[in-house]
Amino acid sequence: MSDYNFAYLDEQTKRMIRRAILKGLAIPGYQVPFASREMPMPYGWGTGGVQLSAAVMTGDDIFKVIDQGADDTTNAVSIRRFFERTAGVATTQATREATVIQTRHRIPEAALSEDQILVYQVPIPEPLRFLEPSEVETRKMHALEDYGLMHVKLYEDISAHGAISTAYAYPVRVEGRYVMDPSPIPKFDNPKLSMAAIQLFGAGREQRIYALPPYTDVVSLDFEDHPFEASKADHPCALCGASDSYLDELIVDDAGTRMFMCSDTDYCGTRRAKGHVGTAPTPPRQEETT
Amino acid sequence: MYVAVKGGEKAIDAAHAWLAEERRGPVDVAELSVAQIKGQLKLAVNRVMAEGSLYDADLAALAIKQARGDMIEAIFLIRAYRTTLPRFGASAPVDTGAMDCDRRISATFKDAPGGQVLGPTFDYTHRLLDFKLAADGEVPDAPRQDVVAEDKPHIMSFLDDEGLIQPEPDGPDTPPDLTRAPLDLPATRALRLQSLARADEGFLLGLAYSTQRGYARNHAFVAELRIGICAVEMEIPELGFAIEIGEVELTECETVNQFQGSKTEPPQFTRGYGLVFGASERKAISMALVDRALRWEELGEDNLGAPAQDEEFVLSHADNVQATGFLEHIKLPHYVDFQSELELIRKLRREAMARGAQQEVEA
Repeated sequence: MSDYNFAYLDEQTKRMIRRAILKGLAIPGYQVPFASREMPMPYGWGTGGVQLSAAVMTGDDIFKVIDQGADDTTNAVSIRRFFERTAGVATTQATREATVIQTRHRIPEAALSEDQILVYQVPIPEPLRFLEPSEVETRKMHALEDYGLMHVKLYEDISAHGAISTAYAYPVRVEGRYVMDPSPIPKFDNPKLSMAAIQLFGAGREQRIYALPPYTDVVSLDFEDHPFEASKADHPCALCGASDSYLDELIVDDAGTRMFMCSDTDYCGTRRAKGHVGTAPTPPRQEETT
Repeated sequence: MYVAVKGGEKAIDAAHAWLAEERRGPVDVAELSVAQIKGQLKLAVNRVMAEGSLYDADLAALAIKQARGDMIEAIFLIRAYRTTLPRFGASAPVDTGAMDCDRRISATFKDAPGGQVLGPTFDYTHRLLDFKLAADGEVPDAPRQDVVAEDKPHIMSFLDDEGLIQPEPDGPDTPPDLTRAPLDLPATRALRLQSLARADEGFLLGLAYSTQRGYARNHAFVAELRIGICAVEMEIPELGFAIEIGEVELTECETVNQFQGSKTEPPQFTRGYGLVFGASERKAISMALVDRALRWEELGEDNLGAPAQDEEFVLSHADNVQATGFLEHIKLPHYVDFQSELELIRKLRREAMARGAQQEVEA
């Protein structure tokens, strides 16, 4: 791979991305257009996140990639390998050890610290997109702080279903100004969006970067009489017994028996190493797989 | 039974090894060479160069081989390579009027200076499978004839001389480049044309066809379609003049479209333009029709709400590398999101059924 620059992107491109990151950090929640590059993995597979990681990464960084909370899902493996190959950085599965964490669809359960960066892969950065398909219009709406349409949508949910029927990619308001899509994380993760680490959001195909500086005020949209509620499956983890983590639901036999286990594999593994056990301490099919 | 499992790394390695084997195909059949693809599947190579936005027939042929003939995959390989290349500068505008044409036809004039040249076209072949080709692809030499080199000025220039065709304003000195700046809407025509030149052939064909069937019909005539070799010149600062740095094969289509006029302006024809790498005339004609449809605003026409008129719709969805990536990403695991939907729907159903039960008790 000697033909490629450190972390694949050339330095000019990284500078362009860093400028967009700085602008994003200066205007939390604002979607900064950037000249997204074609990456050697498909659009929609984390190219925005990969470009952000490449732009912030140094040779001393320790890199972690999760998809659905897990380090061993195929696309997380693929992205981790990409940076092992093009940047030669150390990688880890331990949330605490990592300095840059790229994620798809989850925020790690363990609280992050000020010396960490969390990079999100974002498919559709525009929270208003499915209410208004035109980018020209939605940019105008953000500029005018015109979020009536979003509130009407949430209200209509309540009148139709008795509750807001958004379970993931639940919209938030940042510092009382921009309405932002937190990427398709489950709404369980929304309260964690105000955190000590820098959070960067990258949408490669849609050519947008946005950011949350540390300790930014991030509020999930709701109504006084229908307050936001972070929800998860009402079970403890079958492996580690945790009752405070987001759970995956598995179908473990042909009779349709369900099993619930932590989606954050590092969180679960760390707990089990400390001796916590759940009701079914052996992960299904995990050891036998080759 | 499917269970989320460890072992992603090994699975990926095994899948890649299997893929390599599948690409090679049966080993008792000779391996396909890049030179064969380049020489015998030239139109496939052209499409990869056009939509990959990189004029390099050898790399395009290699990409087709590596992609097992999947054109969009090959285009993607070329794009991902192209984006890493340094950029030395911009060439001088290519003079397509000086093109060394293999093919040059006009549907608007029976004859014109330079004449009509059919070239190697499928147009008047009967689409009958040539079973002989299955056994033996060797062909006798095509008849040859010496021709006097003759200038082939653009057909459109004759309409221009008469003032019958709407004049084009000069574009910006430095054309915009959507590979180096995010797409900003509304786009200029130069940017639209760049986007269309890279766009998926099938998508453009469908849109162009929709205009012919009445969704923003613009009555296009192919004033001229030409395919041939053009010199690429570049100004070298140290020299102070432009020198030829290479040649590219191009397909250019100019359409002449329904006239417009107003109280102050006499009626004039309008134009659509298509320019594509390689011999890609279906794409060039499609591009010209879509370009013309997208010009409704600057030409003072009504927005009929047709898809081909909607710049944001066309430009946002024309790129097949973007489209295929996003479409296929739904193969990736979404179990976290689906889980949150599962919980929500269970909760909503529980509440709805409780309400129903209560109403029954009250009744």
